[in-house]
Amino acid sequence: MGAAELDRAGGPSQGDEPAAKVEDFAALVRAHAGALRRTCQRLLQDATEADDAVQEAFLSAFAHLHTFRGQARPSTWLHRIAVNACLMRLRRRIALAPAIESDDCDAALGSLLPRYLADGHRADPRPAWTASVDELCERRELCGRVRRLVQSLPEPHRTVLVLRDLEELSTEETATLLGVRVNAVKTRLHRARQALRTMLERELAKEDLG
Amino acid sequence: MSLLTCHEVIDFLGAWLDDELPPDVRGRFDEHVAVCPACVDYIETYRKTQALARRAADDEARDDDGAPEPLVRAILDAWSARAR
Repeated sequence: MGAAELDRAGGPSQGDEPAAKVEDFAALVRAHAGALRRTCQRLLQDATEADDAVQEAFLSAFAHLHTFRGQARPSTWLHRIAVNACLMRLRRRIALAPAIESDDCDAALGSLLPRYLADGHRADPRPAWTASVDELCERRELCGRVRRLVQSLPEPHRTVLVLRDLEELSTEETATLLGVRVNAVKTRLHRARQALRTMLERELAKEDLG
Repeated sequence: MSLLTCHEVIDFLGAWLDDELPPDVRGRFDEHVAVCPACVDYIETYRKTQALARRAADDEARDDDGAPEPLVRAILDAWSARAR
């Protein structure tokens, strides 16, 4: 699905849509709605709200098709619109940008961050996990548990980790979308990864899978 | 120049992975890791955590059957309504 299909589906409206144009739009929706829905569910954690955001993203994309200059793949362009739609909804729930910029927000991670002795050594070092990533992933339920652990991270750390590590936005793009400094994104991301590491370590210890 | 502490190494870990540490700090980071098994273990589990989160997301995408038809229909209906 490329820029040409995007162009055909989104051409000027002239009343009742010709069948071919409806078909093009339907094909575009079917090609991309699944991936956009996953993105929106990761960010919003609510299936109904995620579906609303997906719908909003498609309608917004086609209302602003004239701004698409082919500088990115249609899937990337649609993805960014969906992410923006989700962030607007998230901002209605929490003041995302102030939370990301605030040094106090790491306190919400509590015991998920490493603790240190006075000499700078970690208070409770544990051995590395012996199983490889491939071996761990062979247990399919582990992937589901990892996804649930990500979703259980507190905000704003969860949103930053989802945008950077799962949606694979760059640091700069994440900072721009969130309206915060690059360094704030880097700090919150590192803390989010540390917290997820701790949660995963505890999860693996339960089943001696490390 | 003194070795970094484990606390400093772990704080710098994100920048080290992104290759953004200044050369002198990077040197001290590498010197510490060369003699600290606990930090080596931490770095390994940090990297595995990132890889697992990524793999879990890819796994979800692979198993996905696409958007449910009611959602697709709702989008098409809303688009048709706006097009009029």
